[in-house]
Amino acid sequence: MNSRTRPISPHLQVYKPQITSVLSILHRITGVGLAVGALALVYWLNSAAYGPEAFNRTQEFMATWFGRLLLFGWTWALFYHLCNGIRHLFWDAGMGFGLPNVNFTGWIVVLSSIIFTLGSWFIGYGMVGG
Amino acid sequence: MSLQSDLGRVKGLGSSKSGTSHWWAQRVTALALIPLTLWFIYSTIKFVGMDLISFGAWLNEPGSVLLLSLFLIALFYHMQLGLQVVIEDYVHGEKNKVFLLLINKFAAALFAISSLVAIIQIAYGG
Repeated sequence: MNSRTRPISPHLQVYKPQITSVLSILHRITGVGLAVGALALVYWLNSAAYGPEAFNRTQEFMATWFGRLLLFGWTWALFYHLCNGIRHLFWDAGMGFGLPNVNFTGWIVVLSSIIFTLGSWFIGYGMVGG
Repeated sequence: MSLQSDLGRVKGLGSSKSGTSHWWAQRVTALALIPLTLWFIYSTIKFVGMDLISFGAWLNEPGSVLLLSLFLIALFYHMQLGLQVVIEDYVHGEKNKVFLLLINKFAAALFAISSLVAIIQIAYGG
């Protein structure tokens, strides 16, 4: 009997995506994305230490549409990871394990991450005017 | 009845060989990062389009160097702990795994210290 054709453990792909599983993997994905963002932060700080020309080049790149897209993505990833991280800390304290509760706090996390992201960009554009 | 040896039970380190220290450190850094991240986002909004002179002036305001340093230390510690779990979950083969775990630790130390040095240079370098 060929062991290669036998069914192995259940495939992730055959499961219907649910709010719980999608938010769980998003926590990891945003975490890895934020590690890349942290690298950009290191670059930004070091360009500032290098001198005004290097710093201005970094600032100019961040002002391009691509730079802004990256920053917008990192803003959302940061707020999502922050909100969902707080949700995780409540679970760690033994709170909010009921299924209706888990679904409800999941949607709260999605909604608040979007509101905080749009809110901070709204404030940002209001302060510098584009 | 436990199949653990008495010594194993007393040490309390379990199958991970490091007990709950990794898990606990991840939660402690997460807790520290809640206020620090909110402060960092509030500050970053002000950095939009800023030149180096204004950034230096901001860094010389009371608390800026301290809070930014605390944020960076907690951030890179938390990042290293998180990426470690991702590597342990997805990278198979002991050689590759250990290699990447070392790279992860070295990179986190390099990023943390280089950004702290950069801040000190900007703030006090004159």
